[in-house]
Amino acid sequence: MKPKVLILRTAGTNCDTETDVAFQLAGAETELAHIQNLISGKVDLTDYQILAIPGGFSYGDDISAGILLAIEMKYKLRDSLHQFVADNKLIIGICNGFQVLVRTGLLPGLENGKSEDSTDITQQTTLAMNTSAKFECRWVELETQQSPCIFTKDIKPHLYLPVAHAEGRFTAPNNVLDELESNRQIVLRYTANTESSDNTEYPHNPNGSDADIAGICDTTGRIFGLMPHPERFLTKWNHPRWTREDLPDEGDGLAIFKNAVKYAQANFS
Amino acid sequence: MSKKVNEFQILDANDAELMRISREGTLSLNLNEMYTIQSHFKTLQRNPTDVELETIAQTWSEHCVHKTFKSMILYSEDGKETEQIDGLFPTYIQRATEEIDKPWCVSVFSDNAGIIEFDDKFNLVFKVETHNHPSAIEPYGGAGTGIGGVIRDSLGTGLGAKPILNTDVFCFGLPDTPYDKLPKGTLHPKRVFKGVVAGVRDYGNRMGIPTANGAILFDSRYTANPLVFCGNVGLIPINRCDKSVEPGDLVVAVGGRTGRDGIHGATFSSAELDDTSENLGSVVQIGNPIMEKKIVDALIQARDRNLYRSITDCGAGGFSSAVGEMGEDIGAEVHLERVPLKYEGLAPWEIWLSEAQERMVIAVPPEKLEELQTICESEMVEATVLGSFTDTHRLQVFYEGDIVADLDMEFLHKGLPQHVKQAVWQPSQHPEMKSRDSQTDNYTEDLCQLLASPNIASKESVIRQYDHEVQGGIVIKPLVGIENDGPSDACITTPVIGSEKAVIVANGINPKYSDVDAYLSAASAIDEALRNIIAVGGTIDKTALLDNFCWGNPDKPDRLGPLVRAAKACYDIATAYGTPFISGKDSLYNEYRDTTIGEQRAIPSTLLISAICVMDDIRNAVTMDVKSPCNLIYIVGNTYAELGGSHYFAIHDYIGNKAPIVRSDEGKLTMDTLSDAISNGLVRSCHDCSEGGIGVAAAEMAFSGGCGMSLNLSNVPTGEDISSDDFLLFSESNSRFLVEIEQENQDKFVNHMAQVPIGCIGTVTDTSEFIVTGITGKRIVDTSIDILKSAWQTPLHS
Repeated sequence: MKPKVLILRTAGTNCDTETDVAFQLAGAETELAHIQNLISGKVDLTDYQILAIPGGFSYGDDISAGILLAIEMKYKLRDSLHQFVADNKLIIGICNGFQVLVRTGLLPGLENGKSEDSTDITQQTTLAMNTSAKFECRWVELETQQSPCIFTKDIKPHLYLPVAHAEGRFTAPNNVLDELESNRQIVLRYTANTESSDNTEYPHNPNGSDADIAGICDTTGRIFGLMPHPERFLTKWNHPRWTREDLPDEGDGLAIFKNAVKYAQANFS
Repeated sequence: MSKKVNEFQILDANDAELMRISREGTLSLNLNEMYTIQSHFKTLQRNPTDVELETIAQTWSEHCVHKTFKSMILYSEDGKETEQIDGLFPTYIQRATEEIDKPWCVSVFSDNAGIIEFDDKFNLVFKVETHNHPSAIEPYGGAGTGIGGVIRDSLGTGLGAKPILNTDVFCFGLPDTPYDKLPKGTLHPKRVFKGVVAGVRDYGNRMGIPTANGAILFDSRYTANPLVFCGNVGLIPINRCDKSVEPGDLVVAVGGRTGRDGIHGATFSSAELDDTSENLGSVVQIGNPIMEKKIVDALIQARDRNLYRSITDCGAGGFSSAVGEMGEDIGAEVHLERVPLKYEGLAPWEIWLSEAQERMVIAVPPEKLEELQTICESEMVEATVLGSFTDTHRLQVFYEGDIVADLDMEFLHKGLPQHVKQAVWQPSQHPEMKSRDSQTDNYTEDLCQLLASPNIASKESVIRQYDHEVQGGIVIKPLVGIENDGPSDACITTPVIGSEKAVIVANGINPKYSDVDAYLSAASAIDEALRNIIAVGGTIDKTALLDNFCWGNPDKPDRLGPLVRAAKACYDIATAYGTPFISGKDSLYNEYRDTTIGEQRAIPSTLLISAICVMDDIRNAVTMDVKSPCNLIYIVGNTYAELGGSHYFAIHDYIGNKAPIVRSDEGKLTMDTLSDAISNGLVRSCHDCSEGGIGVAAAEMAFSGGCGMSLNLSNVPTGEDISSDDFLLFSESNSRFLVEIEQENQDKFVNHMAQVPIGCIGTVTDTSEFIVTGITGKRIVDTSIDILKSAWQTPLHS
């Protein structure tokens, strides 16, 4: 049977349709649900195996990107969310969704980030204003890292995806960065796609992220957040240079959704 | 009579008093209109309330009924006898569409936007609006609510279209204007530029609509009157394109609360600006894109469940306009105290006229109300019943039980007397510029200057601030080429992900030509818009047009004359090409009165033509960047010595007198034949020849593709004898393209184009050299694509 994906919507969510299409192309059964309907109980998170938090400007990104939706999830969906994670199910946050996961603390979800009462975790990293100090939309080269991330299992070493954000600069204290490094929680890095990808300058690193970090996962690899938009590169027609390059029909982004569906099929059916 | 309303004492008012009432109320009603209102209320033997007079002023405003385009015009062109034109709109715009009579036009000029067919499930809606006066005073808010407003036009068309694409075209003063040269009370062009871009960016991006097509132009005459055109394309199911209102349907307001913002926007837009306009803060609306996104999310669901029969947006004139229009044929009754307010203290007429943003009005059958409210609650949107539609044929407005307006719909919508306006046109005479071949044999510097002139220079720093990828459908981006930074001729989107069926959107605008003749400017704008469609793989026979006129004060005959010229061109060229107008708008009175020296300045006569084309198969698309060395460069279409209003003349401070003509027979044959060649896969890249002529087009193709180019002007086909290199290289003649052809396709291409003048003018090279050889064999341009590219990229970089 097809795995069920819940695509979470709220005021200002605006990448839900293409995220929906992406999961359907990957072979999932999808449902778009407004967070109000989860809070009210009309929709039950336990019916789903994958939770997707799409891009957009949840609640206008008032205060800062993703924070209001993060607070709402943390406190109004607290139990069902913790249950969902405890059941080893998958969560992906794209762009604004990544910002939300970081602000809930679900990413990077480090042990030392957990407070005494264990279940509650606090924010350990952030996505700050781009060093260019403005919203930018451009395609970036990405290098996939060795990591436990389910979503990027056996994926190509290099991906090409668009970013479109103003607050995407991943930054964290050095000890946290070191821990992410040693835990192999860094999933995607911006790269100039040259031999020496160690110092990736703007615009290759489009926002000034520490260590060129474009996406991370939690320690288990089941929770994944990234600033680039895989749902915007599903077919070769999305590629900015398809009129001049010989490309496969399938876009780089689709594999991420297929991996999630594959895992859910293997583990929950 | 409620204490909260006042009467306007017009029954016994003399001319002076009538005009004082109009002026002090910012009603923008002229004496003749005030007479009409006076005599109407004399028959009723009472004075109008403020609510009533404000309602009439709004309904009769230029912004809402387009008086000028419907008025009787007595037009005299020098030497000729006076011509009587019964309405520019019916005579030239509407008639063109009727005569062209395309079967795929679903709805034109009747709804909030034009509707054309797309595929077997969906139609497309397209509308372009202007928000000039607000943007002059408050660039960020003015531009943001401009895009917000046009998005609501799509949502208010039929039973509501899903917005899928934004376009924007801006006209600003020169970025390097010295501060001491700024007209009193106006903002510096740079400030307007930054504010407008940020406004459109923040609204469009938050709404999740890709902004993928546009243009930015600069001219000193836009300093006090910047122009902000905002467009939106929407996707609507074919069975949701009709609306109706039945007596008994509820008047339901959906969305934001009502405040004192944007009052008199409709009438204010018919006023000339001066150094006191900046005090009119309250005429500029305040935008909230997330509220509008919630409305879209809620209403699209309600639409698909058939929960309402009609919908329109609260734009200019607020509820007055929305309810007045929806109830025009039957009548309506509204209770203002039910309107949710941002804060207390609004007078009834303010609630009624407020242009507070993000509000829609829908006609809901009573039995559907509950289901509608459930949807709105789950989307966190307010939906409020304000009253109901009636069969009284009257517009009746109540406040706390008292009737505060009781107007006859017939008088309100049909009572406006037709204006009679004078228009004159004199051909202009400017000093003529000669070829500079005798002074120089190297045009490298001229080419760099052209590439660096603000109208031509790269707009990448702006384009990247817009999310042009959201919704996942944009397949030809605004920036193309080997480094994703070349200037695409048009954008293409596939609104249904996975389908090859696509929509092309492009625009044409060249106000410089109107310094020579507004007719040629308008004709060229249409030709340019169509060239941009063809250049990416579109076809003329599937293309529709939108017209947006921005002009000076039409009450002045010398301003109206050029408007007549432009309208005539719209008819002539649209019918010749067979491309119907499906929607349009005009923004007049774009003038600034300098109270210090009493001087009156108008903007250049500016017509924006937006084009939309349905493309059957995205696989036929091409881009403008050259693809590989050894390929051949052909020019398609005749070149004439047409440099009047050209950028080449401009950089040498000339205007000239021979602006490009549209030879529509040649043009249509050229475009039809070329688009065949493109869909047959004979063309690797294609770029339209416009600002800066062959020189600029070739340079852009070369550096966007990262290859060099070697050109020879002696093979350029000409429609008249041209013996000078600079005229050949920089002429802006219409209906011309540069194309890149693979050698093995050369014969096929040449045979295919047999009926059309073409010339092989060079090759793509694997060096970075960009070389142009003149007709006498001299190297007149000898440089590198890196130099050309940096000249083009630097000026508007930040």
